[in-house]
Parts: sequence; structure tokens; C-alpha cells
Amino acid sequence: MSIGPALRYHWNVNLLGRAGLRWVRWQAERRVKRGAHGKSHILTPPLKISARTKELIGRHYLKGRYANLRGKVAWVTSGAPIEFLKALDFYLLYPENHGAVCGTTRTAVDICAQAENAGYSRDICSYARTDLGTMLSCQTPVGKLPKPDLLLTCTNICQTVLHWYRVLAHHFDVPLILIDTPFVYTETTDHSVAYVKRQLEEAIPIAEEVAGQSLDERKLKEVTRLSKLASELWLELLGRCRHRPAPISVFDQFIQMAPIVEMRGDNFTVDFYAAMLKEVDERIAQVIGAVKNERKRLLWDNLPVWYRLRYLAEFLGRHGVVIAASTYTNAWAELTPKMDPERPLESMARTYMYPILNRGTGDKLATMRQMIDDYRLDGVILHSDRSCKPYSVGQMDQRDRLIRDFGVPALLLEADHNDSRSFSKEQVANRLDAFIEMLEV
Amino acid sequence: MSKIQALGLDVGSTTVKMVGLDAEGEMAWHFLEQAEPLLENQIARFLERARNVTGPLDGIPLVATGYGRGLVNQATRTVTEITCHARGIYRELGHGGTLVDIGGQDSKVIGISPQGKVIDFTMNDKCAAGTGRFLENTASRLKVSLDRMGPEALSVSDEVSISSTCTVFAESEVISLIAHGVSIASILRGLHRSLVKRMVSMILTVGLTPPLMLSGGVAQNPAIRQMLEEETGQKIILPHYPQLMGACGAALFALDA
Ligand code: SF4
Repeated sequence: MSIGPALRYHWNVNLLGRAGLRWVRWQAERRVKRGAHGKSHILTPPLKISARTKELIGRHYLKGRYANLRGKVAWVTSGAPIEFLKALDFYLLYPENHGAVCGTTRTAVDICAQAENAGYSRDICSYARTDLGTMLSCQTPVGKLPKPDLLLTCTNICQTVLHWYRVLAHHFDVPLILIDTPFVYTETTDHSVAYVKRQLEEAIPIAEEVAGQSLDERKLKEVTRLSKLASELWLELLGRCRHRPAPISVFDQFIQMAPIVEMRGDNFTVDFYAAMLKEVDERIAQVIGAVKNERKRLLWDNLPVWYRLRYLAEFLGRHGVVIAASTYTNAWAELTPKMDPERPLESMARTYMYPILNRGTGDKLATMRQMIDDYRLDGVILHSDRSCKPYSVGQMDQRDRLIRDFGVPALLLEADHNDSRSFSKEQVANRLDAFIEMLEV
Repeated sequence: MSKIQALGLDVGSTTVKMVGLDAEGEMAWHFLEQAEPLLENQIARFLERARNVTGPLDGIPLVATGYGRGLVNQATRTVTEITCHARGIYRELGHGGTLVDIGGQDSKVIGISPQGKVIDFTMNDKCAAGTGRFLENTASRLKVSLDRMGPEALSVSDEVSISSTCTVFAESEVISLIAHGVSIASILRGLHRSLVKRMVSMILTVGLTPPLMLSGGVAQNPAIRQMLEEETGQKIILPHYPQLMGACGAALFALDA
């Protein structure tokens, strides 16, 4: 890195930016202390550590803004095996996470429209449309996204990412690494693991060439170890919601999951979740629940409705209903035991084949059943996400089986994770009201 | 008239219904009107009518239901139409089963346990093609009055199939069928079939636990009843006032208070 850009990066990120973010965090902490969120009779104020979450996410995008000055940048899918890129010092941008930021800040629809005007169909996933909209217009609530030097996509979440990343590769004219993960119907085979591992081995030289350095085996092990440590803490954190009342709800988890997705493999992520676990344990000791007056506990299936988190939390909370677990946040925890820092490539190949979206629908049903028992849940809300076909396919049958075979009330809620045009408030409210009445809250 | 002890108001999208119950929970009075755009004014008028029958309303509990329930400021409580319909029909028929409610602008299927509790439900309030509005629209296009539609459809045996699943496009399909000289009665038969088929797939979502019960304004249409029986192989049970089940249920909740 030459000295001019390096200095600019240092000045903007480490000096100015850090001070700015500290200030924002300090203000957020003061707000929590003053009880600015505390007027709600329904929900307990957010965790104190939320101010730190804000700072971490802010810092991540601040680094991103100047990342092209400092080194190489890769855009990656949320389920991609990123450890080798991290070990090669790439700055990683997750377009899906950026999409979620656009969703929560309610800028996604305007950005999607940019992609739609360019001819991308509204039937395409709204994360893809948000990202392509940003690609075309540079519109983003985080200031500016860095240009990629490399793209990494993995089919373990859907096939959309395959086509989406091809468009990115064409637009930015950069290499694209595709990791193809065979679908897991029941169990994976050694042959499949070897197939994915070989793709990783072939991907490394491409990434090395872009990075201008070779992969250090020790560094790869260290990144994998940190990834595993953070995932273990995340797993423990989610597990704490088995307590009654649940100390945090999935709406908190949705916000707090940003670092486990886009900052896994960093040591500060491990510290962050360790601190969060401590705070959650304090809540448990004081019998504080995310929903004051918890009466019923539910499971959430599928992605969040990013632009309506608060609305849904309060709507349910008003009736004493907490959503204590979700298959979505669980997806970043359940694979932890499969990670092995001593055999990074092989364990990565295995781990990254098992995300919930790469497994059969029967397997997903079994996961839901298990969670219902573990977390002692009274019902399930299945968000039928217009965008995410692989997550939503099978939900009708899963709902049916939950009700008929297991006697668990289940509701199908039609919406979209990022496109608020597919969310109709009155109809959602009516269904939720009827479901809550059915649960006899 | 026996004294009214509780009131239920069902503010639907096409009609507004009000029911008054006596102390035993029997219907003592009811009133129904087409819904007007300014619902607040209409609700005030309904309350005025109730007052004329019962005297001052103070102390008489009122539960509101239906999609406009949130607009009834005078209500002691609001309950969704799903729960109210189940309660109303259970009170009248005394058993569980599968209730199909086809209203003007939405339709629903509710699974009711033998004890009268809602165990599952599904709603269609996103697409007019599964609701009474589907028939209403095409009826006006064919210049057939709503109450004649069912008998007309049953008056013939040949039936054209309407392929469009969208109310708006069904209308243009109907126009082209007329242009091809197809009789209005056969078209009507096809339209009824199309609506019933939609209902059947909703019923299957919830699962058909007999007996099959029908409520809502469309329940008065004999062709819908007959075709629903044909398509499901189940005999349909109708309450006395299919349109008032939601308001009855609401009034029963009011009586609990
Ligand atoms: S389709 Fe689903 S899995 Fe694929 S990018 Fe969209 S939200 Fe993610």
C-alpha cells in the first residue's frame, strides 16, 4: 500500500471515524442509562450492549467506505466459506447484510426501484434487487460501498446468488469464485465433502493472486478458531432464551446477529458476544424478560421483516407474546460443532454444506420440532417470504404437520423481508390478532 | 321483545351488522345495512337505532368485530371475525367442524374443535377472486341481480369453464364468451364453479373436518351451496342467519363481560 492512501485511510477510519463512532456510542449509552427507551410498558429496553453493536456496525461500514484505499475487497454471500479470504486480509462486504441495513432504514424500496427500472423483475429476491440497485445507482444509507476486487458466492443458501453474482462480476469486471454445495437430503457423503473441499483448494490460488500474498496456514487456523469461538458464544446466547421469561427476543437477536454474520473470524467479535452473554446472564439472574409480562412463547421461521421489527415486537408484546427462538438466527449457531480449526478446509467444506437452506424440508421440520421442545414454545409463526423461495418452499406442509401431527398452532404470515410493498399492515394485524386469540392469550 | 343485555357489531367491508342478545344469549334484535364509505357516521347511526330499541346504551356491553372494528370507539372490546364467527356458529349449531365464510371482500375457512375453539384458520383477503365481490362484479356486467345469480346458474346443466383466476380478467373473459354466443346461465354456472374451486383449495389448507358449515352473505346463494357439496362430497349445514354469525359471536363475547 502506498503512503498517501494509507494515510488517508488511517486519518478517516482510525482517527476521525473512531472518534465519531465513540461519540455516537457514548450518546447511545447515555440514552440507555437515562431510560430513553424505558417508557414502554410492553418491552424491556434494549440491552446496554446495543450501543456497542451500533458502533461495531458503523465501524464495519466506515472501514468499508475507505477499504479500497487500504487493501483488497471481496463481496461475499452470507453463507460463503469466508475464512480463507479473511486470512488473506480481504475486507469483506456482505451485500445481504447491507440489504438488511437498507431494510431497517426503509431505504430498500427506493433502491430496489433502481434495479427494477433497469429491467430486473420484482420477482427476484429483494436482497438481490437492493444490491443491484446500489450497484447501479450507488445509493446506500451507509455513505458508500467499496468496489470489489473479488466475488465469492456459494449455492448453500439459494440459486439466486449464482445469477446475482454473475451480474456483479460482469458489472465490476472482477473474478468470481463459485462454491457449489450439493444439497443435503439427509446426510452428506464423503464424496460431496471432497468435492466442496477441492473447490476451496482451487479457489485459494485465485484469491491469493488478487490479494497479492499467499495463504498462511496458521492464520487460516486462527481465523477458523475465532469463527468457531464467536459461533459458540452465539449458540450459548440463543440457548439462554430457554429461560422463562426469555431474556431477549428474536427481534433483539435479529439486530445483534450482524457481527456473527459479517464480522466472524475477528477477535473483537468474540469479545463482543462474551460481553453480551454476561449482560444476558445478569438479566436472567434478575428475572427480566424481553417482553414484560411474558405469557406465550413462539418460534419464528424464515428471515425477519426488516422494516417492521419494532412494530411486530410491540404488537406481540402487547399481548404478552414473546418470540423466543427462530430457525434463522439459529442458522449461525447450529453448525458450530462441525467447525474444526485444526482441519480448516475439510471442516469448512462440511460445515458450509449444512445451512438450513441446503437441507431437506423434512429436516427443517425436525429442527423446528426440536426447537419447540427445547424452548418450550406454544406456537409458530412462519413468515412466508415472497423473496426467499428456498426458505418458504415447504412451509405449507410444515405448517400442516406442526398442527396435525404435533398439535402446535402455526400461522403463515405473508410478507417480504426487504420489500415493504409486499407487507400489508391491516391484513398482517388481522391474522396476528386472530392467532393470538386462538392461543388464548 | 326481551331485554337486550349485550350487543355485537360486525363492521364488514360490504355490510355492517348488529345483533342484540337477551340474558340467555338468544338473538333479540338485529339490523343490517350495506357498508358506507364513512363508517364512523354509519356506526353512530347503528348505535342510535340500538338505542331506539333498548333505551340508553349505558351499561350494555358492546363488542366490535370485522375489518372496521377498530373504528368503533364505543366498543368495550374488539375481537377478530375469525373468533367471533366460530363462537357464533358454535352457539347456534352446537358442534365443531369446518366453517367456510364467504363475505363480500374476503373469505375464510375456520377449523373448529368439538368444544367450539378455533384450531386453525386461513383467510383470503388479498385477492377478490375468492370472495363475493367476484360474483358481484360479473353479475353487474351480465345485468343479473345478485339474488338471481344462483338460481340462474342452476337452471342449466352445461357449464363453461372460466380460466381466469382474476376478477378483472374474468370480466373480459365473460365478455368474449358472450360474444361467442354462450348463454348467460352457462357463464354464470362457470363463474360459480370457479369461486367454489378456490374455496375448496382453502378448505384443504385447513383440512376438512366434517361437518361443513357455511356462513357469510354468499351462503344465501343456492348454486354455491350445491357446488360446494358436489366438490367436497359433504352436506352443508347452514345457520339460520348466515350473515349474522360474526355479530352474534361478538355479542356473545359482550355477554361474557
Ligand atoms: S433468495 Fe433467500 S437465500 Fe437467496 S439471497 Fe435472497 S434471502 Fe438470501
